[in-house]
Amino acid sequence: MKRPMQIAVLVFTVGATGGLLASGGEKEGSKILTQASNAKWQAECASCHMAYQPGLLPERSWRKLMAGLDKHFGENASLDPATAEEITRFLAANSADRSGNRRSARIAASIPAAAVPLRISETAYFRRKHDEIASDIWRRAKVGSPANCQACHQAAEKGDYSERNVKIPR
Amino acid sequence: MRKTSILFALPLWAGLSAAAAPEQILRDLEAEARRDSQTFTAFSAVRGEQFYRTERAGVDGGKISCASCHTADPRALGKTRAHKEILPLAPGANRERFTDPAKVDKWFRRNCNDVLGRACTAVEKGDFLAWLLSVK
Repeated sequence: MKRPMQIAVLVFTVGATGGLLASGGEKEGSKILTQASNAKWQAECASCHMAYQPGLLPERSWRKLMAGLDKHFGENASLDPATAEEITRFLAANSADRSGNRRSARIAASIPAAAVPLRISETAYFRRKHDEIASDIWRRAKVGSPANCQACHQAAEKGDYSERNVKIPR
Repeated sequence: MRKTSILFALPLWAGLSAAAAPEQILRDLEAEARRDSQTFTAFSAVRGEQFYRTERAGVDGGKISCASCHTADPRALGKTRAHKEILPLAPGANRERFTDPAKVDKWFRRNCNDVLGRACTAVEKGDFLAWLLSVK
């Protein structure tokens, strides 16, 4: 009687601790977008804007975006074919529908199957998360547009979009 | 003598990439300009400045010039339309500018297309660089 009880307690303790650790790690990790990196992605994409994490859009969006770099939101952002291919591979492999990250999965789930958004700000997830932001805030000089994540999300470049790291500039 | 020491010093700060001095890039553009035009004599910094400041019709209906993003002073920090800082364009203020021929080609290709709606000629590029080199 005594012995099975000890084993049961032990099993429970180990199980609970393991579960706690796992859920703790999972919880922390899920708040932060997966930190995948690629030197060409960083160098090419971040010369004009923040290097938006691949986990912010699904694979089909990245493929469409990378296929139209010569007309990239009104600008020519064309790349040599080898560089474009490497970046596309990196984006696809870590995309919102493939990264396994919780926030990424929610972004992907908010997009209708037939839709291929090119702007992160077009996704229902983004709109829902920013529905309290009045249009005049987006237009402030230090913000400019929804493309400027790190204007408010101070750790955006580290993939951290948590609410406690938001500071809206005046 | 001075030229020699510059050439030897270059790889020290430019790393192992195919580094060149802006003056070398200017000489290459000059050779290209001579091939393109039999009447070409020399690049003009005055024409280069004018080119930099000339406003043209942008794709969105507004006016666009090199200065739209690089600001009126090419020694100053600029800003992309997506709000990212652009390091100074003038080599006098940013010694990494015009040292990597592939990068120079890439940005002329993109930005000429955006601002002029076509590729730039070697004369335009040379005038532009001649002016940027003259801005101290």
